Amino acid sequence: MHCQAPYCQVQELDTLDRRLVDSYQRGLPVCTRPFHTVAERLGTSEAEVIARLERLQALGVLSRVGPVFDHARAGASLLAAVAVPEAERDALAELINAAPGVNHNYAREHDYNLWFVMTAPDEPELEARLDALETRLGVPILRLPMLEGFHIDLSFPIPWAELERT
Amino acid sequence: MSVSTCPSRPDPDGDVPERDARGLDAADRAIVLATQAGLPLVPDPWGAVGREVGMSGEAVLERMRAMQERGVIRRVAAVPNHYRLGYVANGMTVWDVDDAQIDRLGREVAAIEGVSHCYRRPRHLPHWPYNLFAMLHGCSREEVERQAAVLRERLGEACRDHRILYSSRILKKTGLRLARRVPQE
Repeated sequence: MHCQAPYCQVQELDTLDRRLVDSYQRGLPVCTRPFHTVAERLGTSEAEVIARLERLQALGVLSRVGPVFDHARAGASLLAAVAVPEAERDALAELINAAPGVNHNYAREHDYNLWFVMTAPDEPELEARLDALETRLGVPILRLPMLEGFHIDLSFPIPWAELERT
Repeated sequence: MSVSTCPSRPDPDGDVPERDARGLDAADRAIVLATQAGLPLVPDPWGAVGREVGMSGEAVLERMRAMQERGVIRRVAAVPNHYRLGYVANGMTVWDVDDAQIDRLGREVAAIEGVSHCYRRPRHLPHWPYNLFAMLHGCSREEVERQAAVLRERLGEACRDHRILYSSRILKKTGLRLARRVPQE
């Protein structure tokens, strides 16, 4: 992996930062003083762990430190797509973003050029939200619920040394 | 699927059952709402969350553990932003795979390096023949294409067609899953 992106900030991260990301993307201890437990394992202080996590969050290396919810068990959701004329794409994307329950929306290079995730407290509400949005957009929504997840663990080893090479 | 922003949007569905389909009661939902954008980075995060939602730190911790046991919470973790780390090419690959072989092949594809999510989804013929989705992440399109070639080879004869849909713009991204509701204690 030869990363030349301007977004790499890997050089700014020292060994302790990298160990924090590597070790704890798979899970923090859910106990009374979690950062104290982390600090003991890494041979540092609780205050240092907290300061590092704050900095990693501020740099954007970590999106957050907190619970990762199982989408399927935290309500109803599905992947949806629409094919819209390029000239109308941004205006329709705003309609989609403003609709209740939409939590991702990506423009993609394909006839189906807007891809979003619709969520709702339950299945009937999910269908109702999609039907309402479909009416507003005036184009059919391709509905692609997950039938089976083969891999739902988002953590994967970060190749620090290769990311560092520029 | 990571996350940072926290829009609070009025939720049109007002009727909240005691315990909803996810097995979450009002106190669980309050905890989810208070933590889904991230935990407070303080020595006692559960106590801090508890003060926000009106319960003790012990009660928050106990409910976090219970939600984790039920699988509502997959893990409590430091969630990396791969884009910021340089994984700027994000390719959603979609494959038209023989239904008889998709369970085996889906598991194999999911284990290939670079694949973050892998799902089976329904076809919608004639416009959408693809039934297997694998999200690839790399530092460049060339790298994503190399990864896709590995997938293509693994799928072999069972795959009739495929596409790589690159994202050209992120128009919205949030990890919030529960809509904010009327506060309740």
